[in-house]
Amino acid sequence: MAGFKSTETYIASRDLEVAVNAAVALQRPLLVKGEPGTGKTVLAHEVAKALGYPLIEWHIKSTTKAQQGLYEYDAVSRLRDGQLGDPRVHDISNYIVRGKLWDAFDADQPVVLLIDEIDKADIEFPNDLLLELDRMQFFVYETRQTVVAKHRPIVIITSNNEKELPDAFLRRCFFHYIRFPDRETMERIVHAHFPNIRQDLAREALNVFFQIRGVQELKKKPATSELLDWLKLLMIEDLPAEVLRSQDPKVAIPPLYGALLKNEQDVHLFERLAFLSRRQQR
Amino acid sequence: MFATFILALREAGLPASITEYLTLLRAMKEGVAEYSVEDFYYLSRAALVKDERHLDRFDRVFGEVFKGLEPPEGDLSQALPEDWLRKLAEKLLTEEEKAAIKSAGGFEALMELLKQRLKEQKGRHQGGNKWIGTAGTSPFGAYGYNPEGVRIGQDESRHRRAVKVWDKREFRDLDDNVEIGTRNMKLALRRLRRFARQGAATELDLPDTIRATANNAGTLDLKLVPERHNTVKVLLLLDIGGSMDDHVRVSEELFSAARSEFKHLEHFYFHNCPYERLWRNNRRRRESEISTFEVLRTYGPDYKLIFVGDASMSPYEIVQPGGSVEHWNEEPGTIWMNRLNGHFRRSAWLNPMPEETWGYYSSIGLMRQLMEGRMFPLTLGGIEAMTRELSR
Repeated sequence: MAGFKSTETYIASRDLEVAVNAAVALQRPLLVKGEPGTGKTVLAHEVAKALGYPLIEWHIKSTTKAQQGLYEYDAVSRLRDGQLGDPRVHDISNYIVRGKLWDAFDADQPVVLLIDEIDKADIEFPNDLLLELDRMQFFVYETRQTVVAKHRPIVIITSNNEKELPDAFLRRCFFHYIRFPDRETMERIVHAHFPNIRQDLAREALNVFFQIRGVQELKKKPATSELLDWLKLLMIEDLPAEVLRSQDPKVAIPPLYGALLKNEQDVHLFERLAFLSRRQQR
Repeated sequence: MFATFILALREAGLPASITEYLTLLRAMKEGVAEYSVEDFYYLSRAALVKDERHLDRFDRVFGEVFKGLEPPEGDLSQALPEDWLRKLAEKLLTEEEKAAIKSAGGFEALMELLKQRLKEQKGRHQGGNKWIGTAGTSPFGAYGYNPEGVRIGQDESRHRRAVKVWDKREFRDLDDNVEIGTRNMKLALRRLRRFARQGAATELDLPDTIRATANNAGTLDLKLVPERHNTVKVLLLLDIGGSMDDHVRVSEELFSAARSEFKHLEHFYFHNCPYERLWRNNRRRRESEISTFEVLRTYGPDYKLIFVGDASMSPYEIVQPGGSVEHWNEEPGTIWMNRLNGHFRRSAWLNPMPEETWGYYSSIGLMRQLMEGRMFPLTLGGIEAMTRELSR
């Protein structure tokens, strides 16, 4: 069967391909977890591109309610319109604001729906969406209308593991954990993004990158997206590969480290490591 | 078709359900796996495992079920790491016994002893000093009083037969068992929430709007108020090390549940009983030490103080100056406990020891007195009772 495969810009491992294809074939949500920066959100974009479906994105914040994904009834503007004598006020459906899920259900062709960072929301949020994601339909109380998906959308849900998701919700999903890519995969990813990067630069940068990831005490280990940002900077600055060569990150902080280390404790840690190792060398 | 597989998974503690099994079968029918074993492995993993911490266990079961591998001795969750047993043997056995075992085949003999005991054991039992179970004094088994007690159920297999993907068990270090169950704890801790309106005004204030509209002679005048947020502040003091080692898992669960539930959560560690110094990072204890007075100054009385500790120690550690096992404390623990309890308006103590056993430790009784009875067992029910007490 035709399905999702690695593309020129997105390197997917075989297990990810199988998980995506299973979710597509059975029209069930796919839950994707993994370290931040390993391409969870990008996956939805790539799946949409590969299948040729439009993508609807729903980014979750800590204040997002499940109802907002379905619809919202804007009572306040209706009240205001009523006072101003607007004729629109007689039809309640004028004040029903559609949510992302409604958009996805109502589309004339199958779409990919991304529910990004579901763990940011309240702990009950996934439970409130159980039925909607299972049956792909919901009821609008104000207009007594049932919205049924014309085509079941492909739902991709990402989570950063900040909250544990309820079992009933998990049971309805396929699950995939994006592992941090090994060096070989990482090289493929780098080449997919920067086809004309200098070989030596890429090699040295990857060396430094994996050494940094090897430092245990880091608060936030740099991930794929940080590496790509950093490489972009290195290429813009046009640094020679020698700058990176033989540079153990424990001896000196790598150039343009701001792209890799995202908090001051980690930078301090590296400064201290560098200081200690210089003292030992003496 | 794969019923044995599902049963084996459930036996290994993976919560695979019938729904998920049917999903897998349907996916097979749809041809997602295309008759390749590796694809089937990936497919069944995506369908049956919903938590990356279970991936390692899944790999082990998959390997056994589909390759007809004999599970490691006894039960698949009971493989013991070899060097652990060696160390154990060195500690436990007398010189003569060691010599006897050496002549009888060294390590193998010890394993033989273990296997024998596993066989002798029928059903669950508790206590005793020979059989493997819980709370006994035998060196084998979990939660025993024997100081060198081996925990059977290490996630480490000595049968390492690396062949295929599932045998590589690449997810091994994710199987830490720490977070399981935190959801329930979070729900229990929720009771502590105290809402207050803070920040930007985004929510419609209906009574005020009606009043303002009436004042305005019927023309709508919208009034907004800030949204409600959880403003409860929690200060967590955790006992660490020593006898608390047995309770690390449940303490970690509590900690990670509390951490995501409360925005204002501060934590410090102490050992057995809080004295003049606390510390924030146990690994870098010396650098992260902070004077208890400073804690009292920094965090206002509106913080809710929660101690987590087993309170199992020598009573001298509480009542005597210089009673601490680690350093010379000028003032006894009672004074520090009274200072902490006096400063914070609400405080409670969570104790991971089973409530029935509290009576056997005089130090627990002492601590309970110092807490004026506000000591609760570290269970879901206990946490709920504590939140009721704290939010009164």
